[in-house]
Amino acid sequence: MYRLIACFIACLTAAPVWAEDVTTYRLDNGMDVVVIEDHRAPVAVHMLWYKVGSADEPVGASGVAHFLEHLLFKATDQLESGEFSAIVAANGGSDNAFTSHDYTAYFQRVAADRLELMMQMESNRMNNLRITEADVETERDVVLEERNQRTENNPGALAREQFVAAQYQNHRYGVPIIGWKHEMEDLSLKDALDFYDLYYSPNNAILVVAGDVQPDEVHALAKQYYGVIPAEENLPERIRPEEPPQRAERRITYVDQRVSQPYVSRSYLAPERDSGAQKEAAALVYLADLLGGSPFTSALGKALQFDTQTAIYARAGYGGQSLDDTTFSLTVVPAEGISLSQVEAAMDDTLAKFLEAEIDQARMKSIRSQLRASEIYVKDNMQGLARRYGAALTQGLTVEDVQAWPQILQEVTAEEIKAVARKVLDRKQAVTGWVVSNQEEAK
Amino acid sequence: MMYRFIVAAVFAASANIVSALEIEEITSDGGINAWVVEEPAIPFVALEIRVRGGTSLDVEGKRGAINLMTALIEEGSGDLDAQAFQTRLEDLAASFSFRAYDDTMSISARFLTENQDEVLALLRQALTDPRFDQAAIDRVRAQVISGIASDEKNPNRIAGAYFDSAGFGAHPYGTSDDGTVESVNALTQADMFAAHSAALTRDRMFVSAVGDITTDEIGPMLDALLGDLPAEGPPMPEAVEFALDGGVTVIDFETPQSVALFGHKGIKRDDDRYFAAYLLNEVLGGSGRESRLMYEVREKRGLTYGISSFLVPKLHAELLLGQVASGNDTMAEAIAVTRDVWTDLAVNGMTQVELDEIKTYLTGAYPLRFDGNAEIAGIMVGMQMIGLPVDYIDTRNEKLNAVTLDEVNALAADLLQPDDLHFVVVGQPVGLESTD
Repeated sequence: MYRLIACFIACLTAAPVWAEDVTTYRLDNGMDVVVIEDHRAPVAVHMLWYKVGSADEPVGASGVAHFLEHLLFKATDQLESGEFSAIVAANGGSDNAFTSHDYTAYFQRVAADRLELMMQMESNRMNNLRITEADVETERDVVLEERNQRTENNPGALAREQFVAAQYQNHRYGVPIIGWKHEMEDLSLKDALDFYDLYYSPNNAILVVAGDVQPDEVHALAKQYYGVIPAEENLPERIRPEEPPQRAERRITYVDQRVSQPYVSRSYLAPERDSGAQKEAAALVYLADLLGGSPFTSALGKALQFDTQTAIYARAGYGGQSLDDTTFSLTVVPAEGISLSQVEAAMDDTLAKFLEAEIDQARMKSIRSQLRASEIYVKDNMQGLARRYGAALTQGLTVEDVQAWPQILQEVTAEEIKAVARKVLDRKQAVTGWVVSNQEEAK
Repeated sequence: MMYRFIVAAVFAASANIVSALEIEEITSDGGINAWVVEEPAIPFVALEIRVRGGTSLDVEGKRGAINLMTALIEEGSGDLDAQAFQTRLEDLAASFSFRAYDDTMSISARFLTENQDEVLALLRQALTDPRFDQAAIDRVRAQVISGIASDEKNPNRIAGAYFDSAGFGAHPYGTSDDGTVESVNALTQADMFAAHSAALTRDRMFVSAVGDITTDEIGPMLDALLGDLPAEGPPMPEAVEFALDGGVTVIDFETPQSVALFGHKGIKRDDDRYFAAYLLNEVLGGSGRESRLMYEVREKRGLTYGISSFLVPKLHAELLLGQVASGNDTMAEAIAVTRDVWTDLAVNGMTQVELDEIKTYLTGAYPLRFDGNAEIAGIMVGMQMIGLPVDYIDTRNEKLNAVTLDEVNALAADLLQPDDLHFVVVGQPVGLESTD
C-alpha cells in the first residue's frame, strides 16, 4: 500500500552511512540540499522532506498533515489531478509519500536522467496546488478507509493509540498521525490549505537526492527549480508543548473481543538523539538490544522464553530519532497458562536483575560488531540512506550528527548503559497496557 | 500536459542498466547450478537458495510439519543448542532467514566478506545437521499455535482460509501451511527429521549470489554447503483445478471495515500469453497507481484505501485474485464497481493508449529493480525457479513491447470471467448476502 504513515514509535534507530559520499548545500531561500552518491546503477531517488508533521497540527484538526499529503497528488496550476504520478509512471518511475509526527516527505525513484523532471514537478506542487471541494470530499473518504484499515480493524493498533495518548498528555505525540476519527470527518479544504500555505515552503524543506548523480549538477538544478521559490516569512518557530514531569505510573486495560492473544506493553518516556548530544540515545540502543533484542541472547528473551518459559515473545524497542522526547518500550506475550500479572512480574523481575548484574562484555562486543556491520549493509540500500538523512534533518539533527553517530555507538560503555537504564526504567514515568479479549483475561 | 517530451528517452536508460549487469552461470562439480554477480564495491555477500516443494510436501496427517521444521533450522545444530547457535551468528554479524511457502523453501544469508568462511560453516551446520531438540520444538510450537489462534480472529486470514478451502479442498493448497492446533500438537521430533529430508533436497534447488565474491570460489563453496543434503525429494502433489464457482460468501465478523478476497482461475506462468496477462493485470489492478480498479474504487469514489489484483501462478494451480477493504456500509458498492470494471475490460478490452502507457511504465521500471546486491540476488533466483535464461533480462522488455492490442484483448475476453468471480467477504457488510 502506498502513502504510508511512517512508523514513528515502532521504528528502530537508523544506522549511519559513510560520510565521504555526502555533499550538502543551502540555497539562498533557506532550503537545505543533501546529495548522497551511489554510482553502482543509473538510478536516483529524489526526496523532498518538509519539517512539518502531525505533531505540528492545529488543535482540533488532527490528521490534516497526512490528509494534505494525499491531496498533494491532486491538481496544480500545471498538472491535472493524478498527473504527477502518471508522469512518474510514464517515465518508468515510482512515487510515494509518507507522514510522521515530525515530517512529511515525498519521493520518486527514477532513472538518474529523469531527475530534472522530478524537480520540475515537485517544486511546482510546493506552492501551486489547486485542490477543490470535490477532491476534499472523496479523499477524506479514502483517509477514513485508511484509518479503518490500519486502526479500526486492528485491535492492537487501537490499543496502541490509547497507550500513546496516555503517555503524552501535553505533547502532540499523543495524537495519532492519521488523526482521531471524529476530527478527520470534519477536515475541510480550508484546514488543508491553511496548513499548506504556511508550512510548504523552501525554508521549511530539505531536498535529499541519492544515487547516480553529481553533486554540482544537483546543486545547479536545485537552484533552478527550488531556489526561485520565495521563503515563507511567517514560518513559526518549531516549539511544541512539552510533557510535564510524570509523577505516577499509568495503567490501562484495553478490552476487544477481536484480540486472540493477550499481551503486556510497557513504554517509558525516554530521551531522543539531540544535536551534539547523542550519547544517552546511543546507550539506549544498546539497552534495547541487551534487554530485548534477540529472543535467544537478550535478558528478557533468555529469562522469559527460555529459563522460565513464561512468555512466547519478549522484546524491547527504542526509536531514538525524534524531534522531542521519545519512548523506550517493552512487549511480552505470556505462554499458555500464564496470566498477564504473572508475565509482567517476570518482566519486572528480569529488569531488576539486569540493573543489579554486570553487563556481559562479550555481548557488548557482539553488539558493537553488529552495529559496525550494519554500516556496510546499509550501503546496499540507497533509498534507506536517503531516508536516514531526511528524517534526521527534519528531527533536529545535522549532517554532522548523522555522521558522528556510528562512532558514538562504538564508544558506548557498560557504565553509560547502566546509568541510562536506571534513569529510564522507572515505572513512575511509564504507561503499562494490557490488551485482552475480555475482562476474565485481565488478571 | 507538460513534460511529455521526456518520455521517449526512457528506453536508452533501461538498456544501460541491464547491460551493466554481468551474470555468470556456473555448475559446481557436485552438480549445483548457480547464478553469480561479482560486485566488489561493498564488502559483503547476499546468498539466496530456493528449493521447490515447500509446505505442499507435508504428508497426510502431518500438516504444519514443514513450516515448524523450517522455523527450527535456526534453533540449534551440530554441537550448538539454540542459544549457542544464535550467539555465534550474532558474533559474526551475519543474518540468516529460513522460510517455507506453499511451493518453495527459501533460505537467505547475508554476511561480511571478512567472515565468509565461518558464516558458511555455520549455515552448513544449520542446513545439514539440525538438532530439533525437544525443548526447541515445544517452544516454537507454542509460537506457531499462538499464530494459528490469531489467524482465527484476523479478517484477511479468515477470508483466505475460506477461499483456499472452498477452492482447493483436500489438496495441500486447501489448508493453512501452519497446520491446525491439533495437527501441530501431534508433531514429533521424528516428524521434523522426516520433513527436513523431504523439503531440503538438491534435485530442485536454485542458488544465486551477489557481492564481494568471485565466481571461481562459488562452486566449491556450494558443494561444501549443500553437498550433503539428500539428492532427491518425494514426489510433488498433483495439479488441482480451482473449484470455487462465481458468487458471494459473507462471513459474519464484528468489525467496522469489511475485507474482501475475490478471484477465479488464472493462467500458467509458462503459457505463451503470460506477458499479455501481465499487462492486462497491471491495467486491471496492478502494482502501479494507475490501475482501473484503483481509479474507479478509490480515486473516483473514495470507497477504499487500496484495491489490487494479482496473478498467482502456483506450481500446481493458477489464480487471478484481488483484494479490497471497505467500510461495512460501502462494501456492497465496492464489489459492484469491481464487477463492472472486470466486465468492461473483458467485453471491451483496453485501449491502445492504456496498453502503450502500461508498457512504458513497466519497461522503464524494470531496470530500476536491479539496484542492490540483495535485490539482484532475489531477482536472479526467482528467474531460475521459473526456468528463465540468463539473457531474459536483456530480452524481457522487447517481449513485453511485442504484445499487441489484439493479443491482450483476446486474452482479456478469455481470462476475465465476471460470472466466475467469487467474493469472500468478512465483516458485516450492509446489503450483501451470500449466494450459496
